[in-house]
Amino acid sequence: MQFTIEVGRYNPEGRYAETAVPGEAFPAPWNASPARRYQTYTVELPQHAVVLDALIAIREYQDPSLAVRCACRSAICGSCAMWINGHANLACKSKLESFTKDGKTRVESPPSMPIIRDLVCDMKPFWDKHLAVKPWLENKEPVPPPDEEYRVPNAAMEELIQEVSCISCSACLMDCESFAVNPDFLGPQALAQAYRYVGDPRDDKTKERLGELSKAGGIWDCTHCFECVQQCPKGVAPLEQILKLRKLAVDAGFTNNPGTRHADAFADSVKHSGRLNELTLMPKSTGLFNIVGQLKTLPSAINMARAGKLPPLIHKSIPGVERIKKIFQRVGGRFK
Amino acid sequence: MKVAFYPGCVSKGACPELYVSAKMVAEPLGLELHELESAPCTGAGVLSEQNRDLADALNGLTLAMAEAQGAELMTICSTCQGVLSDHNYHLKKDEVRRDKANATIADQGFRYSGTTTVKHLLWMLFEDIGIERVERAIKRKLTGLKIAPFYGCYILRPSEALGLRERPERKTYLDRLIALLGAEPVEYRGATKCCGFPMLTFNRDKALAMGGNHILEAKDKGADLLVTPCPLCHLNLDGQQPDAARVLKKDIGVPIFHLPQLLGLAFGFEPEQLRLNHHVVPTKGALEKVELKV
Repeated sequence: MQFTIEVGRYNPEGRYAETAVPGEAFPAPWNASPARRYQTYTVELPQHAVVLDALIAIREYQDPSLAVRCACRSAICGSCAMWINGHANLACKSKLESFTKDGKTRVESPPSMPIIRDLVCDMKPFWDKHLAVKPWLENKEPVPPPDEEYRVPNAAMEELIQEVSCISCSACLMDCESFAVNPDFLGPQALAQAYRYVGDPRDDKTKERLGELSKAGGIWDCTHCFECVQQCPKGVAPLEQILKLRKLAVDAGFTNNPGTRHADAFADSVKHSGRLNELTLMPKSTGLFNIVGQLKTLPSAINMARAGKLPPLIHKSIPGVERIKKIFQRVGGRFK
Repeated sequence: MKVAFYPGCVSKGACPELYVSAKMVAEPLGLELHELESAPCTGAGVLSEQNRDLADALNGLTLAMAEAQGAELMTICSTCQGVLSDHNYHLKKDEVRRDKANATIADQGFRYSGTTTVKHLLWMLFEDIGIERVERAIKRKLTGLKIAPFYGCYILRPSEALGLRERPERKTYLDRLIALLGAEPVEYRGATKCCGFPMLTFNRDKALAMGGNHILEAKDKGADLLVTPCPLCHLNLDGQQPDAARVLKKDIGVPIFHLPQLLGLAFGFEPEQLRLNHHVVPTKGALEKVELKV
């Protein structure tokens, strides 16, 4: 079968692309990704071929100058994540046939990452974030002697299988919306790994970890868009792990942050009226005594009021709101 | 066709233009709306992440109300759609979760047995109402307008709970609708991306940049306006657009339409009826292209 591949080429002539500068203004430096030149190749491959087969065929038989990073060809090593038709995927796991759109497949280095050459991006931001969550166990005492195993209940480890499945391919980070505007965000992979250690009964630093993760750049900087769940080739579902961390952090008492205030204000409004009170949600989430924060939202509030888009000043409850209050009393937990 | 109508908090709060226009287009589409007036907020995912049992009970109650009406539940908000779909998916599949939710709402006289279908108006257009009926309702083709679809996350992801595995065509409905109404759909990457709204109260400037970047990309591709099936996206993309422009230090000025407003225009309603004069970003320029005034 004949396939047409459009490859994003980039050759900086020996110069490495700029790497991330944490705290810099957005868009993130690598968002101003250098322009690629798109080069079209035609390859003859069997119907079941994957994108990586095509790239290897191009490199081996047509154009040895093409740079592509790959190793295992079996979705285990995590080397070949790249953009295929505008989304991060493993080239070795993506069937050419199903990725052919309008007669061709476009592959390129993800613009959210610094680029080195052609399809090879710089993984530095990824590894920096990964290491920032201290992805190792800090043993809880008593540690068994070296010749013995550290035994934990089976069920506790089953709970972590999803996170352990991560192959560090960075597909989730490549398509992360928050990361695209916020280089400081730890990102889905690192946070899913953080949960892997927070959730491990052998780890002694649960509380410290949750405290760190509740700071800026951590769990509350995720925009909840599900891209990482969609793109992960191993079913790690990073967002789900981030949401677990949020709950654990709040339960552990790390509540002085906009995320917790938002959840509390939200719950309060639904409990008392059955629906959302947008008028009080924003100020309460920002923090009623956070004057600078409040002032920042003021121009938008004025714009909306002018357009006649302010929620009704008197917030009405839904009929039968008593029912909702009862539900909160029963299963509301800390929202009771 | 009778539907259990779930308007969502935002259409009754900061986006009254959505509620008004949705009710307006119901008639030409042959929809008989039975509003679920006593259904609670879905919790927008915020409650689900902190307390799953609570969110199961609240959404189970809503699903039970629609079930009692014997009608499909119709949303006009991607976020409501996403959260209701997610809870519905699990409550249907997981008997333990369903029993738990039912135990909480039983003495209120409600029980969810797991038969409700949750559909956004956008999906209903193609799957229940049918494009022939939509076509018949068109009185004014939107020829000459270049429209960028903005789907919003929760109508696309996670795809399993939203039934996109069985119906992958749901990913293209907005594009197809734009073409059906006579306008030209704009292809751009931001169409399926996040508007930034969920982060607005946590990390304001980044949230604004996120939404602003998508609008600028669409504008770059020649879009006269964006259309969205999600009022939360609308709040960020329209309501906060001047602030996003300030943060990004760029001129934006692209109007954002709600899905029913776009339908309403094509069905011959006047811009004022659809409250297109109540947006933060003026809709005037886009409307002039189809010779309409506000």
